[in-house]
Amino acid sequence: MSDTTMTAAATDSSQNGQLEFLVKGDHHPQNGTLLGFWIYLMSDCLIFACLFATYGVLGRSYAGGPTGMELFDLNLIAISTSLLLISSITYGFAMLQMQANRLKGTMFWLAVTGLLGAGFLGLELYEFHHLIHVGAGPQTSGFWTAFFALVGTHGLHVFFGIVWLVTLLLQLKKRGLIPENKRRVFCLSMFWHFLDVVWIGVFTYVYLMGVLP
Amino acid sequence: MSEHTHDHDHHDADIPHVSLKEYLTGFVLAVILTVIPFWLVMGGVFESSATTVMVILGFALVQIVVHMVFFLHMNFHSEGGWNMLALIFTLILVFITLAGSLWVMHNLNVNMMPGMMD
Repeated sequence: MSDTTMTAAATDSSQNGQLEFLVKGDHHPQNGTLLGFWIYLMSDCLIFACLFATYGVLGRSYAGGPTGMELFDLNLIAISTSLLLISSITYGFAMLQMQANRLKGTMFWLAVTGLLGAGFLGLELYEFHHLIHVGAGPQTSGFWTAFFALVGTHGLHVFFGIVWLVTLLLQLKKRGLIPENKRRVFCLSMFWHFLDVVWIGVFTYVYLMGVLP
Repeated sequence: MSEHTHDHDHHDADIPHVSLKEYLTGFVLAVILTVIPFWLVMGGVFESSATTVMVILGFALVQIVVHMVFFLHMNFHSEGGWNMLALIFTLILVFITLAGSLWVMHNLNVNMMPGMMD
């Protein structure tokens, strides 16, 4: 695309007898925001890699305290995993509504996504409360410290995702589907789906592998 | 094509085109790839834990790729390939972080604190 523009510009100017390589006219560079946001997500990925590595190293350091095998409730995790998974497809519906320029539909599906995310967060808080109540707090052993750091950081991300989502709903309500808002909705979609990708690692590595004998 | 419509097309092209089929395919695959590992672990399908671990890690890797392709719309062309380059670089760093930490700390445990091995 830019190659053809360049050739066209070069041909135009060569008619005047001199060769120019500066593209005149309104050349649209690709929007850098999406790439920049992707780079941010990749850096976030590294944070999670460190937390996963910590959990992997401390995964058996129970210090005589309770183990994950005794306390993890896979039924609860199955429910919260489905909530997050369904919220991925509802965000997809919001994207499709946005693509069709339907403001109401976009906001509806975004709101549904936010509620599912809040449900996930509620279950996680319930689980944390329960664990701390039965004596498996972050200070109990290296294992639980690593567990709360990893799962808690993911939960914090979901929380800020919901904050962003609510902000975006207000922006959409006020300004509608302007290009800036579309870009924001797309960035949040990357953030949201990225959190789901991290959760795949969490439920596999922490919960499913944690309850294996 | 007039200049105006050209601009308009280009403007929407900043955001990748998404399709219902893409999301539904991704969702169905993701559900299958989530349900099977949960079933394997909760149902105690395999006798040995090692087998289960290998299988569910395999499912997790496939599911991550599915999410990347169908939900995050990753391909070799988005943002002129820079997305993919950043991703590959990150994956290398993630691999070094995970494999390196586990390897080094495992060796420390084995060689330095034989009495504390479980």
